[in-house]
Amino acid sequence: MVRQKKLTTLLLPESPLARRPRAVVVGASSGIGAAIARRLATEGYVVAALARSKTDLDKLCNGINKTFGETRALAYEHDVTELAQVPTTFQQLLKDLGGIDALIYVAGVMPGVEIDEFNLDKSQAMIDTNLTGAIAWLGAGAALFQSMKSGKLVGISSVAGDRGRVLNPAYNASKAGLDAYLEALRNRLTRLGVQVLTVKPGFVDTEMLKASRSPKFGAISPDRVAAGVWAAMRGRKQLVYLPWYWRWIMFVVRSVPSFIFRRLSF
Amino acid sequence: MKSQAETALPLDRLTRLENIGHSLQRSAFLYQPSHMEQLHDLFELARRQGLSIALRGAGRSYGDAALNSGQIVLDLQGLNRVLKWDAHNGRITVEPGVTIEQLWKKVLVDGWWPPVVPGTMYPTLGGCLAANIHGKNNWVAGPLGEHVIEFTALLPNGKQVTCSPKKNKDLFYSMIGGMGLLGVFTSITLQLKHIYSGNLEVSAWVEPNLLGMLGAVDQYRESDYIVGWLDCTAPGRSLGRGQIHSARYLQPGEDANPEDSLRVEAQVLPDRVFGVIPKNLIPVLMSPFANNVGTWGVNTAKYIANRMIGNHKTFRQSLVAFSFLLDYYPIANFGGKAFIQYQSFLPKDTAADAYLHMLQLCKRAGLPSYAGVLKRHRPDKFLLTHAVDGYSLALDFRVNRGNCARLLQLAAELDKIVLDAGGRFYFAKDSTLRRDEVNGYLGLKTIQKFKALKNKLDPDNILQTDLYRRCFV
Repeated sequence: MVRQKKLTTLLLPESPLARRPRAVVVGASSGIGAAIARRLATEGYVVAALARSKTDLDKLCNGINKTFGETRALAYEHDVTELAQVPTTFQQLLKDLGGIDALIYVAGVMPGVEIDEFNLDKSQAMIDTNLTGAIAWLGAGAALFQSMKSGKLVGISSVAGDRGRVLNPAYNASKAGLDAYLEALRNRLTRLGVQVLTVKPGFVDTEMLKASRSPKFGAISPDRVAAGVWAAMRGRKQLVYLPWYWRWIMFVVRSVPSFIFRRLSF
Repeated sequence: MKSQAETALPLDRLTRLENIGHSLQRSAFLYQPSHMEQLHDLFELARRQGLSIALRGAGRSYGDAALNSGQIVLDLQGLNRVLKWDAHNGRITVEPGVTIEQLWKKVLVDGWWPPVVPGTMYPTLGGCLAANIHGKNNWVAGPLGEHVIEFTALLPNGKQVTCSPKKNKDLFYSMIGGMGLLGVFTSITLQLKHIYSGNLEVSAWVEPNLLGMLGAVDQYRESDYIVGWLDCTAPGRSLGRGQIHSARYLQPGEDANPEDSLRVEAQVLPDRVFGVIPKNLIPVLMSPFANNVGTWGVNTAKYIANRMIGNHKTFRQSLVAFSFLLDYYPIANFGGKAFIQYQSFLPKDTAADAYLHMLQLCKRAGLPSYAGVLKRHRPDKFLLTHAVDGYSLALDFRVNRGNCARLLQLAAELDKIVLDAGGRFYFAKDSTLRRDEVNGYLGLKTIQKFKALKNKLDPDNILQTDLYRRCFV
């Protein structure tokens, strides 16, 4: 690893008594992640943005830093499927930021899947990024927040986690797994003063949606999702559907008995 | 590349650390060595991980001196053996994690007492020496560092050194007061003070204003200890009025039964205040008064009571009760809430005007200090010294989200007054200074000397604290 000789002055000097809160956004290069990173910077956070694509990250961070005229966003190239690098990257973030107050896991993939296709590579990719990577990052965040007795853990799940459907079984499974993991973290950490927030967006106008076979009615912009996420973070919510009406749609969807549901092509 | 990369530090090392005022909470990878041999390995570990190490004792400093946000902190409280005690000459050699409490409890029965103690007995001697603490006898006894006969230290470059005022003089005068940024004390040999009783003869009286307080602290220097408790909420010309406590050691023969008062049991702090109120209830009971109006009421009542009852009274009090008032009244004025201390050291010629101006400024900002402590000082030879030939005034402020911005603004204004008046600051207390102010009072020459030394002893910059990055980088 790097030697300490030259001190990194990544961030502007701040008074320790009035330090900006720190947020880590995993999966920040595009779509919802980028919108959340921008939103948190606007709300006064110093944001560490993680993603695979260095170019997209640099564009995002330069944009944010230019807007505020100071370093509010730091770029970290990271692939969540490289599990061995999660602990070292987390340690590097702790060092560079001097602490973390919020960790938002956004990274997710949804390759197009035919309705009769069972492709292990695609399924594996979804489980790796949407679930295993989430467990690695949210688990590290949980360990930190548990010791600090404060902090905000946010997982961007999906309405797709609420019910297994014909379109993309592995995606449903990965998001359902994420939901269960977040719920378990909530049950462990809420009593310590840590907020654990599950976010379930419906259709969001992103590249991921465009590439999928999913219906696209009522799709909202990533910025609206980011606004909803921030409102839920501030309000110390535990579960939020975005937009709000998805809570009722999914209530209905969950209520459909299986003997009917399995006949639908929904 | 990847194969030789060491795995990250275990996350269960992450620990939330605080300062004494609860004003900062930071997380760090905490290691608690119990043997000196582990120190070397921990330095190597930090080096491999690309992380820095902060040294921490009991965590009794007021700011960020023992914090290292997101990196490694070594808690040295486990290195707490007394290595050698010579009751005949009053020389003791201890490991750095030995606390002031451990020290006095060990030596009191033999008729000895630490020559310099802070207002609480819980700090470790390693921490005390790193900050080069002073007591209520600074103008006569100097800082703790002047009573060190010798210390040994492990430097980050792996070397072990022995330092005394004669041997490795440069290191001696810069590691003491060096805030743990140059090396780890591995043993400390102190010369203690011979005493003939476990009690002090204490006098207490009130002074009607700041000038009276400054005068009293200056004039009564034939006593062994003197301290003034200021009312920073008093109106108009009474601003800075307060009570003086002065004390002197008893001479041989004055205490008829020294064997009795020199017992540890005779010194133990009462666990009830005024004999009736349990000590741990004090923060709860005081919390309704932890605001500007409440503090004004309490201070005024205290002042009037002290003037009417027992003014200029002389009485005997145990060394512990007199010395460790902070432990006796557990942060009474703050009800357990977060606070910071702003302590400034001013030369005797400029102190009166500057302190008055500062107290007025605090009041005008709506942030009167809830407790002010005045002491007399003299200069010393240590590199990063805070002492001057003059006074120090320590002001406690409650800090919360609502007043933080105003408090920082106020601190910046106070800094200007202090620097203009030729004053200095104290790293153990500070949490607001920036590099420019530190350069201002220490002088660039001193800073350069310190940095050159650090570069030599710690070429990889392994020893760092939040304070170091705030004030020196």
